[in-house]
Amino acid sequence: MNLLTELKEGAGISWGAIRANKMRSVLTTLGIVIGIVTVTLMGTAIEGLNRAFLKSISFIGADVLYIHRFQWFMHGQEEWLKAQKRRPITLEQAKSLERQLTLAMAIAPMANTDDRIQYKKRHSDNVTIIGTTEEFMVTGGIIIAQGRFLSGPEVEGGRPVCVIGSQVATNLFLQESALGNKITIGKQSFEVVGVLEKQGGLLDNGSLDNQAIIPLKQFLGSFWSHPDYTVEVKIKELEQIGEAKEELRSAMRKIRRLAPNEPDDFAINQQDQILDMFHRLAGTIATIGLFITGLSLFVGGIGIMNIMFVSVAERTREIGIRKAIGAKRRTILLQFLIEAASICLLGGLLALGIAWPLTLVMQRFMPATMSPIIVGIALLVSLLTGVLSGFFPAWRAARMNPVDALRNE
Amino acid sequence: MLIRLEKISRRYQMGAETIHALREVTLEIQRGEYVAIMGPSGSGKSTLMNLVGCLDTPTGGQYELNGTQVSQMDDNQLAEVRNREIGFIFQTFNLLPRSDALRNVELPLIYSGMPADERRKVALEALSSVGLADRIHHKPNELSGGQRQRVAVARALVNKPSILLADEPTGNLDSKTGAEIMALFEELSKKGHTIIVVTHEEDVARQARRIIRIRDGLIASDERVA
Repeated sequence: MNLLTELKEGAGISWGAIRANKMRSVLTTLGIVIGIVTVTLMGTAIEGLNRAFLKSISFIGADVLYIHRFQWFMHGQEEWLKAQKRRPITLEQAKSLERQLTLAMAIAPMANTDDRIQYKKRHSDNVTIIGTTEEFMVTGGIIIAQGRFLSGPEVEGGRPVCVIGSQVATNLFLQESALGNKITIGKQSFEVVGVLEKQGGLLDNGSLDNQAIIPLKQFLGSFWSHPDYTVEVKIKELEQIGEAKEELRSAMRKIRRLAPNEPDDFAINQQDQILDMFHRLAGTIATIGLFITGLSLFVGGIGIMNIMFVSVAERTREIGIRKAIGAKRRTILLQFLIEAASICLLGGLLALGIAWPLTLVMQRFMPATMSPIIVGIALLVSLLTGVLSGFFPAWRAARMNPVDALRNE
Repeated sequence: MLIRLEKISRRYQMGAETIHALREVTLEIQRGEYVAIMGPSGSGKSTLMNLVGCLDTPTGGQYELNGTQVSQMDDNQLAEVRNREIGFIFQTFNLLPRSDALRNVELPLIYSGMPADERRKVALEALSSVGLADRIHHKPNELSGGQRQRVAVARALVNKPSILLADEPTGNLDSKTGAEIMALFEELSKKGHTIIVVTHEEDVARQARRIIRIRDGLIASDERVA
């Protein structure tokens, strides 16, 4: 008998067995269903989290370097305490940097704080106020939805104008357009010249959309006269990022007059660092999450194994008959393996049917989608669970001695 | 020679005790013979039947079936030999309860790898040869005892085996249907089938042409009846 007919035959027999014990099959399948649903939802959630995060940090271009007093990720208190003693980065340093760099496309010093914005009787709290120059449009990857960004002369002259994020705009302006209206940031009045495109972000709390950008001189005058600057540097060519970083580093050392034996008293941050950090964190979350949810699938697998042992014991005589009239070990093994795999595969399909609407609910909180890859993996895992947990009972059935099996009552 | 047993022994280990179910039995059966094997329970006749039917392997001696040495074969090879050479008829019929008569008869053909349409044709022929052409879609529990045993006979015959091996074929039947089955055996014997019946009923044994009596794992007598 060839393998194909054996598979077909096995499928027929197992379908008959599953139908003959409907209640039992349903209950056994339930274990697999729960397992696959939790694993699938976990996978979907993790993927959604990844995607949300990547979307959130995509505004940080891979070709942008951020010079700051501190590095973004510090390891331990000692490092932090040491970094606290560093001198602040000044505007003059940023300006000399601008003169020295050859591989930079745009350089923008920026400083930020949080404050309230008001328009008539409406207000928006905890808005990120960014003071910067017109080059921030390039370094920050700004996309304008309405109006325009700050102009060079406005920045130079410290004009009271601002560009606001989409959330600020929708909060303050109900029916009218924001453009041309005067809003109060802190205690100062600013004219809105532009609105940013909606960015969205991690879990949609919209921190990227909740900002207002004003000329640096205005920021220094109204909010913070000696801020902790970050200098954003966009590189001309992404391939040159290594050289650009080196150029930037030696320029900064010269500007801050560091002796050759002194370590850097500033940090050059870039997107990679966040990505590295995130991938490590997400990897840990995924491993732990999938392990815990995998346990429920494991329990489901034990249920399958248990029921397959019962099924084999119940059908000892049938196995004896089949062997007596010519069924080989492989035939019997396949028969029971297919039965276990079918139960699990049915469970997997049912689980996907349940997980699908749940994913739609999840979409309200995060960009979760059930990808074809997850569907494929879920089905593969359920099939594998069936084959693995069915193997031992099936193997026992296949090795039965026909004389003993026939004698079984 | 169809069956040649030479000094066949079968020992079982029951805890510390060794049971000699068969002690160096030598036996030959020719093609077309109708043989009854008799003996009280525990005599070793079931062991002999299991060995002849290739359900079990001897612990000593040689067994040559239809020109092939089968005493050293493994599980899978024996399965193939059973499928090709032997048709079993059991006291308790041993039909698959969830499958209909046709499906039960088709089973040996499935294992021998016959294509589906041919399989159906052959199985239908076998069923009508035992007079059950109108019962092919009945499940075993919808058939009488005699009908069930006839399905079993059809299943045993369907692969055109060398030997029909019947273990107490009338044991679960009333005397009338039992007689019907024995008449069917007589008919098959006349057609040239080799039949071996294991029984403890003298009536059944007398139908055969040769009666072998087993006692304590040895052949006590081997006589031909007219």
